[in-house]
Amino acid sequence: MLKINNLTYVIEGRKILDNISFDLNPGSFLVITGPNGSGKSTLAQILMGIKKPNAGQIIFDGKNITDFSVTERAKLGLAFAFQQPVKFKGLTVEELLEIAGNAKILPKVGLDPEKYLSRELNSTLSGGELKRIEIATALARKAKLTIFDEPEAGIDLWSFEKLTEAFSELKKQQKNGSVIIISHQERILKIADQIMILEKGKIKPFGVAAEILPEILGGKK
Amino acid sequence: MRLSEEVKQIFCEVAELTEIPAGAYNFRVNGKSVGRQSSNNIDIKPKTDVSGLEIYIKAGTKNETVHIPVAISVTGIEEVVYNDFFVGDDSDVTIVAGCGIYNCGDENSTHNGIHRFFIGKNCKVKYVERHLGLGRGAGGKILNPTTELEVGENSEATLYMEQLKGVDSTIRVTKANLAKDAHIIIEERLLTHGRQTAESAYQIELGEDSTANINSRAVARDISRQKFASCIVGNRRCRGHSACDAILMEDASVLAEPALDAKSPDAALIHEAAIGKIAGDEIIKLCSLGLTEQEAESKIINGFLK
Repeated sequence: MLKINNLTYVIEGRKILDNISFDLNPGSFLVITGPNGSGKSTLAQILMGIKKPNAGQIIFDGKNITDFSVTERAKLGLAFAFQQPVKFKGLTVEELLEIAGNAKILPKVGLDPEKYLSRELNSTLSGGELKRIEIATALARKAKLTIFDEPEAGIDLWSFEKLTEAFSELKKQQKNGSVIIISHQERILKIADQIMILEKGKIKPFGVAAEILPEILGGKK
Repeated sequence: MRLSEEVKQIFCEVAELTEIPAGAYNFRVNGKSVGRQSSNNIDIKPKTDVSGLEIYIKAGTKNETVHIPVAISVTGIEEVVYNDFFVGDDSDVTIVAGCGIYNCGDENSTHNGIHRFFIGKNCKVKYVERHLGLGRGAGGKILNPTTELEVGENSEATLYMEQLKGVDSTIRVTKANLAKDAHIIIEERLLTHGRQTAESAYQIELGEDSTANINSRAVARDISRQKFASCIVGNRRCRGHSACDAILMEDASVLAEPALDAKSPDAALIHEAAIGKIAGDEIIKLCSLGLTEQEAESKIINGFLK
């Protein structure tokens, strides 16, 4: 369903992504990990159309979407949860989730609809609450490919437990939908079917999680 | 009472009226009262010295609404209207005002509305004022509201003041004096476009243990200009907060001049102001949910001005 051909992204003379290629089949659950600055979030943003690559192709469901806008990609079935949740003065949680397609999704991220749906998406919500709502918007899309950019960032431990539960459930429920998660977290890596390690903009190992996970965890089981 | 389609549209948009309301009302059209009704608890009388009304709300009146919308549908009118509201103790009422000008001519049409409120003790007063300009004539649609309030002890006044669209020029002045334990909440929404100009000024005097919360949100488009000036005066132990948020689009400009005047060490006064264009991440987020950039922009502005 997703085919990446020779993707390169350069900024200020520095190669953030260096000629990377990979395929993702329908129903995949891929976690992309790697050190800070390795190009993980850049790759996620390029997939969603937020950044444009300098070279390479993105084929999604047989279509070359490399030059497609964010809106066009969303309409084709890509969803994206931002690392930094966006605040909106004037939009409520319910309104944002309705735009996403499902305002009833909130309990999936551990938030009580009665308490939160009417709240405005502004600084009166904590960073953790905003992050959970951000994740809910991506879940609400029921997309063919959902990308989560460091979903654990800025989230408290309790929320993180809920989050891993939500991802496990998502994995069970998904049929042909695929998920890409950018993450450093061991518990998220353990849910993965496939793991990709990025280092200095290049794919190091990419393959079945059971084979790659021991390498990452350094002997931990 | 026969109203033209333009007037009906104005009353619908500024006062949400599609029929004659059940309670007290006064409809003013092109400088004249065209319909008036008092209720058992709310008495509306015309002023005898100047144009306008005296509205007496009996002490203890609960859950009643009085509508006093104004419409101008001809070109070349300039009016000054004085409306005084006397709200008896222990009342809980809603006052719906608002004015719309439909100007298809070449001359300016202007409404200057001076509203004075004398609110007794232990009251809750909600005041809703919407302003609107319609019609494609070259003549200006000019609305200058002045709102003055004396808020009695332990009373609360909540003001919702909106300028929806089409008003070429406005100078809005709001002054309030708060007695002990009184509260005022002001929600202002302003949209300007084209060459429009809008000035909004607040002067709030806080008494002992009183509070004020002003929340102004504005969108300035095209080459329109706006000015927001607020002054909260803390005379004793009190709390005051004002926030001015503005979205700028195209070549519009907004000047915010907040002022806090603390005359007591126990006065806790805060001001926040933020002016800027729509954040790019807000647009991208909504696009990632399937909206086009235009749809996203419209959602953000409509939500902001809600």
